[in-house]
Amino acid sequence: MEKEVISIIANRKTKSMVEKVASIIFVCCAIVSIVAVISITGYMIISGTPAIFEVGLSDILFSNVWAPTASHPQFGILNIILTSIIGVFMAICIGVPIGVLTAVNLAEIASPKVKKIIKSAIELLAGIPSVVYGLLGILIINPLMYQLELLIFKDSTTHQFTGGSNLISAIIVLAIMILPTLINITETSLNAVPDDYRKSSLALGASQMQTIFRVVLPAAKNGIMSAIVLGVGRAIGEVMAILLVAGNSVNFPLPFNSVRFLTTGIVSEMGYASGTHREVLFTIGLVLFVFILVINLVLTYILKKGDENGK
Amino acid sequence: MENSLFNKKSRISDKILNILIQFSTLISVSLLVVIIGYICIRGIPCFRFDYLINTTSILKNTVGILPNIINTIYIILLTLIIAGPIGIGGAIYLNEYATNKKIVEIISFTTEVLAGIPSIIYGLFGMLFFGNLFNLSYSILTGALTLSIMVLPIISRNTQVALEAVPKSYREAALGIGATKWYMIRTVLLPSAIPGVLTGVILAMGRIVAESAALLFTAGSVSALPINIFSHIFSSGGTLTIQLYLEMAKAHYEVAFVIALVLIIIVLALNFIAKWISQKFDVNKVG
Amino acid sequence: MDIKIQAKHLNLFYGTKHALKDVDLDIKKNAITAFIGPSGCGKSTFLKTLNRMNDYVKNVKITGEVTLDKENIYDSRVDTTILRKKVGMVFQQPNPFPMSIYDNVAYGPRIHGIKNKKQLDDIVERSLKAAALYDEVADRLHTSALGLSGGQQQRLCIARCLAVEPEVILLDEPTSALDPISTLKIEELLMELKQKYTIAIVTHNMQQASRIADYTAFFLVGEMVEYGKTNDVFSMPKDKRTEDYITGRFG
Repeated sequence: MEKEVISIIANRKTKSMVEKVASIIFVCCAIVSIVAVISITGYMIISGTPAIFEVGLSDILFSNVWAPTASHPQFGILNIILTSIIGVFMAICIGVPIGVLTAVNLAEIASPKVKKIIKSAIELLAGIPSVVYGLLGILIINPLMYQLELLIFKDSTTHQFTGGSNLISAIIVLAIMILPTLINITETSLNAVPDDYRKSSLALGASQMQTIFRVVLPAAKNGIMSAIVLGVGRAIGEVMAILLVAGNSVNFPLPFNSVRFLTTGIVSEMGYASGTHREVLFTIGLVLFVFILVINLVLTYILKKGDENGK
Repeated sequence: MENSLFNKKSRISDKILNILIQFSTLISVSLLVVIIGYICIRGIPCFRFDYLINTTSILKNTVGILPNIINTIYIILLTLIIAGPIGIGGAIYLNEYATNKKIVEIISFTTEVLAGIPSIIYGLFGMLFFGNLFNLSYSILTGALTLSIMVLPIISRNTQVALEAVPKSYREAALGIGATKWYMIRTVLLPSAIPGVLTGVILAMGRIVAESAALLFTAGSVSALPINIFSHIFSSGGTLTIQLYLEMAKAHYEVAFVIALVLIIIVLALNFIAKWISQKFDVNKVG
Repeated sequence: MDIKIQAKHLNLFYGTKHALKDVDLDIKKNAITAFIGPSGCGKSTFLKTLNRMNDYVKNVKITGEVTLDKENIYDSRVDTTILRKKVGMVFQQPNPFPMSIYDNVAYGPRIHGIKNKKQLDDIVERSLKAAALYDEVADRLHTSALGLSGGQQQRLCIARCLAVEPEVILLDEPTSALDPISTLKIEELLMELKQKYTIAIVTHNMQQASRIADYTAFFLVGEMVEYGKTNDVFSMPKDKRTEDYITGRFG
């Protein structure tokens, strides 16, 4: 058998070809995310704007009459926007204290054993499909809300009974769903607080609670802010969990009203809508997308500020 | 002595705060217990093995979720086949090749944005882009392509973290004995980064299993058994979550709880596997 | 001179490691006591037992007694917050909180219940002056403490410690992260502070100990080998091991 002669030069060409191809493939993979973001943005704008020209921006955004299938259709989504804003805001108000305090327990107080249990529970909570939250919302929260509704509006003649499918139910479901996000990110930022701060606070005679609430939490405030912003993002984009729980009719977001969110608005009518009606649904998608972009920008700003402070 | 160390002050505010903290934790943890407990209590009595091997048919008078299980598996595999290489490749580029800081920043930013886009937006985009433009209409492929973009950040971020954890000395050692870059990545980097990559893949699986909003208008909601293994990807197919939603909307709670039970078991299993991998292959573990 | 702190048969274990072995030591009032010895000899560990900062280290077991003004600080009835108010501590790395200079100094008084603005202003000014920092920062009290130089940060930490009006100040290698000029400033400051406070300082710098300390204790692998007036310890050490260390034969 002839012995293969290996030359330093001979191999170089094929080898560098392989190298080149490999690096080109990797670049392409990396660029996918840029292409995806650009095309998603593009499609959202292209599909969301026609309705604005047909119906008029103010007739969509600032009118609260939603009658897409009437003979004189009206496409005001003000109530829907307000529902999303108020719903998410309230969910944050409920979720943040619980989430942050749980994170405090995880990062500062709990023993390793307890910590492990809590962490596993939170991880699982994050993995539960949103439709399952929806199912439980309908069967656990809605009946409770209905009891409350019956109690409060016992003598009311004007109240439209919703069977418990109302804004409060949706807020509770949303608050639960954002907990894992809030807890995980807050915990990470608490862990990043240098131990020196705790030590010197304790050495000044502060109690553990004083140390946590006066030094550790303020030092982690950027992280907590990001947690809240991400929680807002998660809540405003949620659909399937609140689709049925919220009752899904377009109303002003009062606690016991059946309401429709931006997300649920799209899903509940996309199946049958056509023409301008369908286009307006895409406009709702665009509005949602703008909200998400704003949230992302705020987040980037917070993180950047955090970096600067860290230096 | 007035100023004695023994005059223990009991701070009421400390006690209240501690109670609040413990109470919050209790809420967070008990939520999970309630959710899983409730699903088990309602789901297990309804559960019959028939459900898993039957299709729902009015003619034969059977109820079953086999098609949905198959569709879910299809979507998981297809999505991972598409997103896996892209996500891992992108991460390799960012960590090993990219020299331009600006590009790295832009890619990291877009990845961040992708991670923050809600699934309903992916659903709309997938419907318009893959469904209408590529004319794939409602099909498992449309769904998988849509979800691929959605899980891309999960896979690429976990891969990146895993690559970062590989000591620099490994790279230098490999390059130092004359390995080319790609060879070094293939033989040294990726093998030591595998646990991290796998964790990312499993997290992505969890996300896919749980997804519904992005699939409703892309993969559709048909529950039919595949006629042909390959052509099935071009037909509409509803996953377990979609079926759960449909049953729930029709108030068929019995089937809904069976599906919920199956979903929870899958989620638990994936969670367990991810934990097992990260513990088993912990690179930083000494000894 | 009065004895402020007294350690009696103090033993400390990290898990199974015997880190302090039967230490007996008296710290005198209004004097500077220095703890010297090679790294890992237990001098910092001993310092931390004096205001129970070791409580936060896992698997620590302590036997024996440490008394502050004749009260055992390891008694189960002790309120550690009062203990640490009386026995303050300054750490090796300057570690101001990420707040303004003012808020850093006011932190201690605030947690101990002082809310009055005027009173806080007074305390902040007095403490900063006592730490010889006031003139350098008077015009920027409300800017971030993280903008100060390392030496200034350490003096801020001393001011923060003084603001709670402690009786004893423990310093754990307070100048090891600082440049020579900052070190000198802090040493001068300590010499002045001892008129009012009892000071215990851990240092690996023997010159520093000989410059500022009235009493010096030499530690070696968890044992307190020698303790006495600084001059005596340095000029005529009784123990061979002390002599070896001081003359630079090991450590």
